[in-house]
Amino acid sequence: MIAKKHVFSIAILAACVLGLVLSASAAEKLKVGFVYISPIGDAGWTYQHNLGRLALEKNLGDKVETKYIEKVPEGPEAERVIRNLAKSGYDLIFTTSFGYMNPTLKVAKMFPRKYFEHCTGYKTAKNVGTYMCRYYQGRYLAGIIAGKMTKSNTLGYVAAFPIPEVIRGINAYTLGARSVNPAIKVKVIWVNSWFDPGKEREASEALIAQGADVITHHTDSTAPVLTAEEKGVYAIAYHSDMSKYGPKAQLTAVTHNYGKFYTKVAQSVLDHTWKPEAVWSGIKEGSIKLTPINPVVPKGVVALVEKTTKGIADGTFKPFHGPIKNQNGKLIVAAGKSLTDKDLLGMNYYVEGVQGSIPK
Amino acid sequence: MFVKIEPRPEPSRVMKYCSPLIAAVLMLISGLVIFTILGKDPAQAFHAFFIEPIHDLYGIGELFIKAAPLMLIGTGLAVGFRANIWNIGAEGQMALGAIFGGYIAIIFHGSSSHFILPMMILAGAIGGILWAAIPALLKTVFNANEILVSLMLNYVALLLLELLVHGPLRDPNGYGFPQSVLFSDSAMLPVLIEGTRLHLGVLISIIGVGVGWVFLEKSFTGYQLQVAGLAQKAATYAGFDYKKLIWIGMLAGGLAAGIAGVLEIAGPIGQLLPSISPGYGYAAIIVAFVGRLHPGGIFLSSLLMALLYLGGESGQMNLDLPSAVTGIFQGLLLFYLLAADFLINYRLRLTVRRGETE
Repeated sequence: MIAKKHVFSIAILAACVLGLVLSASAAEKLKVGFVYISPIGDAGWTYQHNLGRLALEKNLGDKVETKYIEKVPEGPEAERVIRNLAKSGYDLIFTTSFGYMNPTLKVAKMFPRKYFEHCTGYKTAKNVGTYMCRYYQGRYLAGIIAGKMTKSNTLGYVAAFPIPEVIRGINAYTLGARSVNPAIKVKVIWVNSWFDPGKEREASEALIAQGADVITHHTDSTAPVLTAEEKGVYAIAYHSDMSKYGPKAQLTAVTHNYGKFYTKVAQSVLDHTWKPEAVWSGIKEGSIKLTPINPVVPKGVVALVEKTTKGIADGTFKPFHGPIKNQNGKLIVAAGKSLTDKDLLGMNYYVEGVQGSIPK
Repeated sequence: MFVKIEPRPEPSRVMKYCSPLIAAVLMLISGLVIFTILGKDPAQAFHAFFIEPIHDLYGIGELFIKAAPLMLIGTGLAVGFRANIWNIGAEGQMALGAIFGGYIAIIFHGSSSHFILPMMILAGAIGGILWAAIPALLKTVFNANEILVSLMLNYVALLLLELLVHGPLRDPNGYGFPQSVLFSDSAMLPVLIEGTRLHLGVLISIIGVGVGWVFLEKSFTGYQLQVAGLAQKAATYAGFDYKKLIWIGMLAGGLAAGIAGVLEIAGPIGQLLPSISPGYGYAAIIVAFVGRLHPGGIFLSSLLMALLYLGGESGQMNLDLPSAVTGIFQGLLLFYLLAADFLINYRLRLTVRRGETE
């Protein structure tokens, strides 16, 4: 009986030791948490972030362990989720929606030894960095293609909310299109939602009815591309490649690619070299890419896009270079100058060629 | 063989109060099946879903933070629901409360006066009441259906909030992003227990439920509402003023939702955002019914609903359960409740031939 007890306690001891060893080896792994605004789905904003997470897992292998929480509403819910991640041992947390900004900062204060990266915000802290992409660079390139492919000289744009990021995209697209076709008019319909397939479809139909023969969108669903395919017009997809939803319609897609960035940040935490930065990366860093251009686009146009892409990548070409006139024809950027990042971040006006007014 | 549905002559009163429990138990059993299908150990899944979120003080605080707006709005709505006055507009009334209260916080930004918080709550109450007054007015004057009017006003209210946050109430130093300034400390509800987010608003909500209980169970007007709900004609014969009851029923919901809106922005949110509620105004309708339109029941059912939300997050984090499980549980709960209520009021009888009992 005593012997039996003895064996039993040895077994427990062994289990404890084993547990310690296991937890020690687990502790070496960097635990990375992701907070998503929507379900991952088949395409869109969150889908691209998740591709980034998967790339991180692939690149760093067993040095990292990742976890995502999807469909987290902005505001107080986000604070709880981020806190719970930090509390459950996640050392690096990516919060991937603008509305997570203040919750991220609040939690970061409570966990000074954890690292936080917030996407699209403008507030950093000792342990909070921010990141976003120069989405507008891709927009400018897409604009060139749209400007060459339209026959009605009217482009349609389904937009979510009138915030600088979206307005910047509209302007870059317009500038790109007008650089090859000064007669271009861009019509914008605001749907006041990031994801609403019904409204996005209605808006796309309305734009097509108003003469637009290339549709693009700054919303999350595939509805604009699907609508363009049905109506026999072209589309420029955003966030993700949507060619399977519009094989004929999609001229190209402006895609977001976070894999490299996520890998770099995780590596810097592993190397203890992480610093809070406001990273704004684009074509050069591979964060913004165009998907293979539809074969209907003439070779000359593809060559022009490739040339411009190179220019943006090596810094010799800036989409927002003067002369730029605003909607009323007033010169905002003189020839030879270009907008600074600060100007871009606060952009709240339309450039010449965009129709309608920004909702106030 | 045919199934015939017939009303029970005397529905059991005991069962009426048991049906939420039956529904909860059936929900859990279905959960067992779902977890098994998903390939998770049910015991582990239940632990992750229902125990893990509230295993520490912070978690319990979160439970109450989540439950507070549900119980407050649920109690307010129950006042109307008891008299068959269907206010579906709590989501919009909550937004109006937040707009009114938030406006006070923004114009007095930087001031450290102790009057700001009470003023915010008062303003929020007024905002909610005014918004609820629209369907009440249209109902009493034109007999317009209050369900439709209050529901559609939700969209108006949410767009109004969005408009204001995109425009006049936007933080001037916020790079054009749609959100207001972060409120000063004087406009924030103090945290009651350190290390949690449990704020004064939770206490206010619980007191609100208490006030609702006294009003519904102990006041003559509460009795009138109940009678009007059971038999409106009888109530009118008895000399009760049904129009007055409509006003009381609608405005009580507006009052509660308006205050809940302020408590959210002055509590866990701390600023005005384009959206200030993840659907509390709608979830509170479920809470009110699961709680049998009784403040005590509403208190308990709000905690259950809150736990389902928290469990969904915890399930994702600990077991990689899909986030949709929360929605499934909520849907199951309501489904079983309606089914149980139906079977309490009606019975099914098997008949051999169609028309046999005609």
